[in-house]
Amino acid sequence: MITTKNLSKRYGEKLAVNDLTFSVSPGEVLGFLGANGAGKSTTMRMIAGFVAPSAGEVTVCGHDIERAPVAAKSCMGYLPEGAPSYGEMTVGEFLDFVADIRGLTGVRRRERRGIVIERLALSPVIEQVIETLSKGFRRRVGLAQAIIHDPQVLILDEPTDGLDPNQKHEVRRLINELSRDKLVVVSTHILEEVHEVCTRAIIIADGRIVADETPSALESRSRYHHAVSLRFERPEQLAEARREIAALPEVSEVEYDEREQRLTAVPRLGKNALPGVSAIIVKHDWQVPELHLESGRLDEVFRSLTQPVRATGNIEGTQT
Amino acid sequence: MVVFRRELRSYFATPLAYVFIVIFLVLASVFTFQLGGLLERGQADLQPFFRWHPWLYLVLIPAISMRLWAEERNSGSIELLMTLPITLWQAVVGKFLAAWCFAGVALLLTFPVWATINYLGKPDNGAILAAYLGSFLMAGGFLSIGMCLSAATRNQVIAFITAALVGFIFLLAGFPVVLDFVRGMLPQALVDGIASLSFFTHFEAISRGVIDLRDLVYFAAVIGFWLTATALVLDMKKAE
Repeated sequence: MITTKNLSKRYGEKLAVNDLTFSVSPGEVLGFLGANGAGKSTTMRMIAGFVAPSAGEVTVCGHDIERAPVAAKSCMGYLPEGAPSYGEMTVGEFLDFVADIRGLTGVRRRERRGIVIERLALSPVIEQVIETLSKGFRRRVGLAQAIIHDPQVLILDEPTDGLDPNQKHEVRRLINELSRDKLVVVSTHILEEVHEVCTRAIIIADGRIVADETPSALESRSRYHHAVSLRFERPEQLAEARREIAALPEVSEVEYDEREQRLTAVPRLGKNALPGVSAIIVKHDWQVPELHLESGRLDEVFRSLTQPVRATGNIEGTQT
Repeated sequence: MVVFRRELRSYFATPLAYVFIVIFLVLASVFTFQLGGLLERGQADLQPFFRWHPWLYLVLIPAISMRLWAEERNSGSIELLMTLPITLWQAVVGKFLAAWCFAGVALLLTFPVWATINYLGKPDNGAILAAYLGSFLMAGGFLSIGMCLSAATRNQVIAFITAALVGFIFLLAGFPVVLDFVRGMLPQALVDGIASLSFFTHFEAISRGVIDLRDLVYFAAVIGFWLTATALVLDMKKAE
């Protein structure tokens, strides 16, 4: 369980994190989204106890991070941004060091060490010095140290940044596995990740929460929610379809992607474009090689949520 | 302690440790036998050996201390260390003790000098032991200064230079030349105050073979002061 209350962080004049209040419960995978510099890492660092808040409080597993830092840190695993570690140590030594600090001993220690090495496929590099490892392996070493004590709370700051698609997939699978009985907070700016791993997403812009919903609720905010996109093989059908679909009352706009020969019927708010569009196709008996109903585009929601706030921020800035 | 063990091991994981020890031993011998004229003096003591220690430490100790925090800052591992379930004090003290222990190893490896003098004559081994203790305490003093300055920067070169500079001031404060110079301007009590702040004054006292509680308290206080300063510096600017 993580709770933050009116959490703020000020760096000089700049308010990096502004009055964040939220709580996360076990079983949730919270995606923490925001543009670069929006305050994601600062928030993660305050939760992990690395940066002291300027105002407000954080409790992790019931322990206040400032008043009982050791207890709070004990129940939490943290992967800092960029997965730093001690470059001159071997992977094995590094894991032993973290296990020692985490107070793991005896059978349980051997067991946990084995589990994380297996889970993150570290056995081929266990004797290798960390600074000679590839980026992907280093990230996995960082993840291994974060989960070695089987923490109740896991904080991962951009865990898939810089990994190749296969490694990304592996890390996401790992997060999904871990999340069954744990609480995971993942910061990312990769939106596809939100869909794949998160049960809930918080979007922050300029240090404030601008959205706090499930990924599908976020998608439904998109103007493409329940939009229909389709392709035609014959150009004359396309021209006619474009005209007829645009005439439908529930469609607000038809977009045309020339490169892909794709039409997208954007519905009016709260409407679904599919029934009207499919009626037109059936009427003409057209062969449509591809047609699908969109659930919404997260990148578009993300942009619309993070950019207007930015703009007003700038205006305020020039006034003062 | 876990931090202590990791830190100490990391010294020996890099060539730095061996380079340091070799340079320390070579310089110590050169100073002792060539400049100090240990053999020519015809006296069975190690004064020529210990006399150079403050100067050796001035240059060499910052080489040990510079990496203590600057490297952690630079690689970002400080974020990892500070989010593990240990207190700031445990981290500071663990690192300090590791560096001190390392300096102690280098110091112990000068034993051939001691063996030589014992072979050639009958020195006062009690006094030599006291001088070793004084030297070790002084190394701790230099280290604690260097550690604090290392915590203030992510650049090891800056950490080295500032540590040598502050160490130099601490050392210089006890030299007759400097003291004579300020004596004309300041009241005697202040001059004594400055002299009593110097590593040199206290090291000299111990290396003559007299272990005075005041000298021990002095080094303990210096180390305590700089370690506290380290913790404060870290707490203030951890994330920068």
